[in-house]
Amino acid sequence: MTTTVSDAALAGSTGEARPSWSRAALTFLRRRPLGTVGIAIVLVMFVAGALADVIAPYDPEENDFSAMMEAPSWAHLLGTDQLGRDIFSRLVFGARTAMIVGFSAAFVGSAIGLVLGVASAYFGGWFDLLFQRVLDVMMAFPLIILALAVVAVFGTGVFNVILAITIPLIPRCGRVVRASALAVREIPYVDAARALGFSHARVVLRHMVPNVVAPFLIMLSAFVGQAILAEASLSYLGLGVQEPVPAWGLMLQGGAEEYATTAPWIAVFPGLAIMLAVLGISLFGDALRDALDPKLRDR
Amino acid sequence: MYVRTAATCIGLGVAAIAIAAGPAGAQTPKRGGTLTYMIPADSPPSFDGHRETTFATVHSAAPFYSVLIRVPPDNPASTTEFVCDLCTEMPEPTDGGKTYTFKIRPDVKFHDGSKLTAKDVAASWQKIVFPPEGVTSARVSYYAMVDKIEAPDDSTVVFRLKYPTTAFLPALADPFTWIYKKEIIDKDPHWYQKNIMGSGPFKFVSYDIGQSIKGTRNPDYYHKGKPYLDGFVGIYAAKQSVRVEAMRADRAAMEFRGVPPSARDELVKEGGKEIVVQDSDWNCGNIITPNHKKKPFDDVRVRRALMLAVDQWKGAQALSKIAIVRSVGGIVFPGSPLAATKEELQQIAGYWPDIEKSRAEAKRLLKEAGAEGLSFELTNRNVDQPYKFVGTWLIGEWKKIGLNVEQKVLPTGPWFQAMRSGSFDVVVDANCQSVVNPVLDTGKYLPQSVYPESYGGYEDPKSVELYQKMLRETDPKAQRVAMRAYEKHTLDTMAHAIVTPYWYRIIPMQSYVKGWKISPSHYLNQDLANIWLDK
Repeated sequence: MTTTVSDAALAGSTGEARPSWSRAALTFLRRRPLGTVGIAIVLVMFVAGALADVIAPYDPEENDFSAMMEAPSWAHLLGTDQLGRDIFSRLVFGARTAMIVGFSAAFVGSAIGLVLGVASAYFGGWFDLLFQRVLDVMMAFPLIILALAVVAVFGTGVFNVILAITIPLIPRCGRVVRASALAVREIPYVDAARALGFSHARVVLRHMVPNVVAPFLIMLSAFVGQAILAEASLSYLGLGVQEPVPAWGLMLQGGAEEYATTAPWIAVFPGLAIMLAVLGISLFGDALRDALDPKLRDR
Repeated sequence: MYVRTAATCIGLGVAAIAIAAGPAGAQTPKRGGTLTYMIPADSPPSFDGHRETTFATVHSAAPFYSVLIRVPPDNPASTTEFVCDLCTEMPEPTDGGKTYTFKIRPDVKFHDGSKLTAKDVAASWQKIVFPPEGVTSARVSYYAMVDKIEAPDDSTVVFRLKYPTTAFLPALADPFTWIYKKEIIDKDPHWYQKNIMGSGPFKFVSYDIGQSIKGTRNPDYYHKGKPYLDGFVGIYAAKQSVRVEAMRADRAAMEFRGVPPSARDELVKEGGKEIVVQDSDWNCGNIITPNHKKKPFDDVRVRRALMLAVDQWKGAQALSKIAIVRSVGGIVFPGSPLAATKEELQQIAGYWPDIEKSRAEAKRLLKEAGAEGLSFELTNRNVDQPYKFVGTWLIGEWKKIGLNVEQKVLPTGPWFQAMRSGSFDVVVDANCQSVVNPVLDTGKYLPQSVYPESYGGYEDPKSVELYQKMLRETDPKAQRVAMRAYEKHTLDTMAHAIVTPYWYRIIPMQSYVKGWKISPSHYLNQDLANIWLDK
C-alpha cells in the first residue's frame, strides 16, 4: 500500500478562498497612499522605458550642433545637452537602460541569493559555515566598491555593469533569506518532506523557498533601487555604460560639472530622474513590507 | 622761472622715463613669491624625462633641469627659432650640414655643487639617443639621423649626423632631454626615475605622492637674475572641477595643460579682471586608427568610408565650443609652414567641402566592400577632454552612414595595452608633440616596424619611401611638395588614419602671473625661470 502526499498538503494548505487580486490591489491603494505614489512612479518609468521609441521625440544619440545647450522650450521640453541632443529623449531612453540594468541585476542577484541562502540554512554544517564566511568577506565591501572592482576586472558595457551590480547583491540577499529559512527549517512539514524521501532540491525549492518569499520580495524591491543608483554611480564615474548610450548617471557626468552654472538643465533633469526612480521604488518597497508583515497588515 | 623750468625738466624727465620704459616699464620683473599651480594628473609615472612622454613628468620636474637648446622662452610659439640654454651660441652646421659643434657654458653647476661639463651633456644625450640595454628612451626614433655624439673636451659637444636634415635642430630642442650628471647615470641609469638632481632654475625640496611637488630658487642659476620666483608648488589634481575650483579661489594661480571653453568662461565670468587668458593652437590631436589586421578594416574602401563620413569642418566649429579642439588640419600642425592649406586639404578624402557628396561616396564604398550596417567597437581613453567628446562625435557621424558603433572606454594603462597588443577594431589615439618639427611629428603615420608607436598594424613600403624622401630633403619648397605627397598617400590613398581637429590650448590664470607665454605644446617652456608675480 502506498500513500501519496501532495506538496500542498505538506505546506498546510487549508483551501480557504482568498480575496481576488483586484480587491487586494484596491485595498493596498487605499491603505498605502505612499506606496501608491511609489507604484505610480515605477509604472511611469516602466512605460517610458518600454515605449521609449514611441514617446521620445528625437533620436537620443543624434548630435545636433545647431541646438547645443538650448534651454527648455517647446521644441526641446527639457532642453538640449552640449552636443545638441534632446534631454527629454535621453531621459526616456535612459529609463530603459536603468530598468534593464536595475531589474536584471536585482532579479538575478536576489534570486541567486535566495536559493543559496535557503540552501545554506537547510543543509547547515560545514556548507553553512563556509558559505557564511564567504558572504562575510563579500559583505565587508560596500556595494559600489565591489562593483567597481568587478568592472575593473571585466570592463565596462551594459552586460558587465549588470554583472558588477549583481555580484554584490547576492550575499546581501543570501544573508537575510538564510535567517528566515532557519526558522522555516524547524517547522515540522520540512522534516515530514525529508522523511518522505523528497529530494533536497524539492524540499528547498518547493517547501522552503515559498515560505521566505515575503522578505525576499521586500529586498528585491530595495535592490532595484540600489541597482539603479549603483548603475548611475558607475556611469557617473565613467565605468558604466558609455556614450552615446543614454543613461542617467552618464548624463550627469557629462553635464553636471562643466555646465552647472551656464546650462543647469543638463544636470538637473537626470538628477531628478534618478531621485524619483529611487524614491518611487523605496516607497513601493516600504509599502510592500508593511503589506506582507502580519503585524502591520491591518494598520 | 626756475621753478617752472625745474617743473618742466622734471615733467620731461618723467615722460622720458615713461617713454623709454614704455609698456615694458610696467612689466619690469619683480623678485620673490611662490607660484602655486595645478598639475592635471595623479602623479608622474617617473621623474625621468628621457623615459617618459607625459606632461605630468614635465610639469613636475622641468624646473629642476637644464637642456642644451630650447625654444625661446620669450617667444615659445615660434616654430622655427631655437636658442641656447646650456650652450654659448647656436652653431652653424659644418661638413655639409652633418656636424653640429656646441660650446658649453663654463658657469653651470649641478644642484649638488659640482660643475656641469660637456661630458655630462654628451652622456645624457648618449642615454637618449643610444640607450644601453634595459634602459628605456622614449625618443630614440627622433634621432635616427644621429651617428655619433662626442665630447672632445669639457666645453665642447659634437653631434655627427648620418645625413643632413632640417629635422635635427627641432629634435634637439625637445623639452624632455634634460641634462643629467654623468657620474650618476654611469653608476645607475635608472637613478633619475625616482630622484631629482639637475642644474635648472629651481632646486628640489619635496615630493608627496599624489599631493604636491615643491622647488626653491637656485641661487647659482647661470642665467643671471633668474629665476624671479622664490619657489613653486605644483599640486596634483586629476579632476578638472578641483583644478578650476582651486583657480577660482586663488588657491592656485594656473595650470599649464589647458582647460575647455566652459571652464575658461566660468573663470573669466567670476574672476573678472583677476583672470587673464592665453590661448594657442596646440601641436596635439586625436588620430583615429582602424586596425588593419582585423576585417573589414584591412579593406581600404571601409577605411575611406570611415573618413568620408566625418564632417571635419562643421564638427571642428561645433566641438570648439565644448571641447579643447579647434583647427582642422592634415598630418602637419596647422601653424607650421609645411602644413596643408584649406584648399589643399579639401582635395583629400574626409575633408571634402560637400559632406553630402562625401557621405554618399562612403555609403557606396561600404556597399561595394560588403560592409553596409557594419558594427564595431571604438576603443577610447577614459579622459573627457577631448577624447570622449571626439569619440562621441565620431560615433554620431558614422551613424549617418548606417554604422553601428559602440564606445569602449579604457583607463590609460589598458588603453595603451589595447593599442600595443592590437586588440581593438578602431581606436582613438593621440599624436601630441612638443617642438613643432613637422617632419618627425608625422612619424606616427608610418608602419609600426618603422615607428613603434604607430598602432594601425600595417606595412606600407611606399609610405616609408615618401617619408624618407621628405626627411632628407633640405630645400623647404621641395620638402613641402614631398610632405603633400606623403599626406595624400597616408590619408587619402591608403586611409591609414583619420586626423580629427587639432587641440586648442586655453590657459586661464591669475592676472598677477607675469612672464609666461603660451606655446603650441604643454611640454614646452615649463622651467618657470621667466615667471614672476606682480603682487
